[in-house]
Amino acid sequence: MSVPLLQTGGLTIRFGGVTAVDQVDFTLKEAELRCLIGPNGAGKSTFFKLLTGQLHPTEGHVHLRGQDISGARPHEIARLGVGIKTQVPNVFNAMTVQENLWIAARHKHTPAYATELTDQILSELRLTAIAHKEVGQLAHGQRQWVEIGTVLAGEPELILLDEPAAGMTHEEVERTAELIQDINRSRALVVVEHDMQFIKMIAKTVTVLHQGAVLIEDDVSRVLEDARVRDVYLGKGLAA
Amino acid sequence: MHLLNGMRGALIGAAIAAVAILTAPLYIDLFQIMQLTVFAAMAVLALSLGFIWGYGGILCFGQTSFFGLGAYAYAVAAINFGDSTPAIALAILVPVIFATLLGYFMIYGGISDVYLGVITLTVSLILFNLVNSTAGDFYKIGEARLGGFNGIPGVPTFNLPGDPSYILTPEQAWMVTGMALILVYLGLRVLIASSFGRIIVAIRENETRAALLGYDPRIYKLITFMIGGAIAGLAGALYVNWGAFVSPTIFALGLSAQIIIWVIIGGRGTLIGPVIGCLLLQWLVTEIGAQQAMDANFVLGAILIVFVLLVPKGIAPTLRDLAMSRLSRDTAPAPTADATAKVKT
Amino acid sequence: MDIAIIVGLDVVSGIASLVLISAGLAVIFGMMKIINLAHGEFLMLGAYATVLSVSAGVNIWFAMLVIAPVFVGLVGMIVERCLIQFLYGRLVDSMLATWGLSLVIVGGTTMIFGNTIVGVSSPLGGFQVGAYQSSLYTPFLALMALLLMTAVFGVMRFTRAGLIARAVMQNPDMAATLGVNPARVYMATFGLGAAMSGLAGGLLAPIAGVVPTMGAAFIAKAFITVVGGGTSILWGLISASGLFGFINQIAAFLTTPVFGEVILFIAAIILIRLLPTGISGRFFKGRL
Repeated sequence: MSVPLLQTGGLTIRFGGVTAVDQVDFTLKEAELRCLIGPNGAGKSTFFKLLTGQLHPTEGHVHLRGQDISGARPHEIARLGVGIKTQVPNVFNAMTVQENLWIAARHKHTPAYATELTDQILSELRLTAIAHKEVGQLAHGQRQWVEIGTVLAGEPELILLDEPAAGMTHEEVERTAELIQDINRSRALVVVEHDMQFIKMIAKTVTVLHQGAVLIEDDVSRVLEDARVRDVYLGKGLAA
Repeated sequence: MHLLNGMRGALIGAAIAAVAILTAPLYIDLFQIMQLTVFAAMAVLALSLGFIWGYGGILCFGQTSFFGLGAYAYAVAAINFGDSTPAIALAILVPVIFATLLGYFMIYGGISDVYLGVITLTVSLILFNLVNSTAGDFYKIGEARLGGFNGIPGVPTFNLPGDPSYILTPEQAWMVTGMALILVYLGLRVLIASSFGRIIVAIRENETRAALLGYDPRIYKLITFMIGGAIAGLAGALYVNWGAFVSPTIFALGLSAQIIIWVIIGGRGTLIGPVIGCLLLQWLVTEIGAQQAMDANFVLGAILIVFVLLVPKGIAPTLRDLAMSRLSRDTAPAPTADATAKVKT
Repeated sequence: MDIAIIVGLDVVSGIASLVLISAGLAVIFGMMKIINLAHGEFLMLGAYATVLSVSAGVNIWFAMLVIAPVFVGLVGMIVERCLIQFLYGRLVDSMLATWGLSLVIVGGTTMIFGNTIVGVSSPLGGFQVGAYQSSLYTPFLALMALLLMTAVFGVMRFTRAGLIARAVMQNPDMAATLGVNPARVYMATFGLGAAMSGLAGGLLAPIAGVVPTMGAAFIAKAFITVVGGGTSILWGLISASGLFGFINQIAAFLTTPVFGEVILFIAAIILIRLLPTGISGRFFKGRL
């Protein structure tokens, strides 16, 4: 079998006495779409921070196409083709939507092509009308789209999306699901989400994190029926 | 094309200013020309901080360090070489080297804004003490005696490049200083409109996001800091050329505070703001000095407090926002110029 | 041998004076995470309060140890109410406001008292170590530094105010959960920090030239000490004062006092490159 796109082994991080991510072995194939779920505090966002170099693991390793990136800095990992939409919108507030995407596109491309690529993504995401609005003045849902656009403009080969549907209307959620499937035609994604309807729309394989460790990893239908998953999600509306 | 469109206003303004500078000696007497010369030299210094703080987000409280190092480098080199051209080059080079070292330790150390401000301020305090203590024959660089708190008098002023025997007249020195101000301003405008400029603004806005897109914030900040050091050093050379004299007071706390105040009242995130702030404050300080009724520090401090509390954005951005809101009420959607082109003047 | 004793005394007095001139700054930084750029002026006000009281006939010990800290402490509380409280959560603006304040105080003092050096004579005599003469005031300063640190430790460790202070240092929102109004904590912090600076200023009055601009001579060292020490008030201050006081005095002994300061700064900036949050950020995290 070929080298997996992303592989973590025994990945662990502790803050003081708390183990936020605990011995996680995670493997993602090229062009795979994986959903990552788990109750609040399960360590999903921390796991993403470990993958993108925002945090460095206490133990274990992260390999990207066989290359060890455990101690690398965020910009180095980004250059290897990993893009992330973080949980709280992480955008350039004082800049326009167009500029936000352009900055991302400019990293790989000439200014002229970056402008072209930006326009293309803006129209794909139906953001053209607000292209010249300052991002700081947009609503939360729109800022989410801007950040997704920024990630796409960086043309990463692995895309991490942390709660992409949060704060979006029902129609927007459906569009996001379509978009994810569209992206997945050529690129790999890991999606963290709370919204189970959304997960059902997009998921094939699901990994469940609980208290920092992998609880179960299986096909979406089996995961959703699993008793342990129901237990950890009790009261979270999983059955809905 | 796109770049030049955004710059049209700046170019027209610069052209008008250039004509005004070149013709000023025709209708202004020499005393005032001299006064304007030092104002312009200080305005270059204001631009250096306006750039690194307003665009790069680097809170440097000790921009006088680079200004003073530039001034001393110029003085020492001009005395030794008897020619101002290499001295000006050194006045830029020495502060850049210093900024590189200092910036490396601070920026690659990943320290917070608060620490960076305090450390840069401390650097200027220590340089002040250090240069102050260089009295006596022991402290000599080539022909130049550093002179401790007495400073270095009789520094050769600018000469025609390649002809050290042709010393510029005060009017010519004014034209050189004024044109240097315009060129630095235009150079920074071009830089800000470039990819580099947009990236440093992006890093100022959200360092994490910029890093997650593949930009290394540290190197961009370091380069920004170095550019600021270079411009401040040039301002130092222009300042020495004005007075033919340099002393340790160039590193003093009062001047560090003034530069900050210029940028605060003029406005961060514009280039014209710090220049306006600098000219206003210089004029004010000169007036206070002439009146002798109030202590200049007292007035400066009060101005700083009032602006921080009541006009934290500064004059230029506040006026711009007012104009923009007026504009967007009068006409349909706001103009779709890029962010950097928002300040047209 | 005598020279060793003298250098040893110098090191002790260097460390002690760093503790004294930095303590007020460290308290405000530890609790509020801002550097008070008017710190030097608080020292200066303490020195002026001492000099003026003594010339009005007050006992010098009372002037140094009571009047100076009380007066500057009151100034600090007023400053917090009239200025700093409007800038909570804006760290950089708070610092800029204190810088403005620093200029206002220097300018105001100059307008009232003029730009001439005033002073009081040292209340203690000297003593002899072999061929060298030293002042008894030096060990007195060391004793004061020790007492001050012991008092800070005692208050922080054993009193309710200390408990609240420790809570706020860890997490500013925690004061509210202890049923304390955060605004009052900050006012008290600023007042206490200012009082400690006032005390230091009072103690400096007999050995420094008292002028409106005297603060500038001390703040470089105080800034380095506090930044190097980090946000833990007690251990950060003690460890940084110890390290930097030692380096500074040895370097000053081998070269000149000014070069001693330069070497001190270089040591500090290398330290900051290695430990961006200061000594306490690395070794005394979450301690006093």
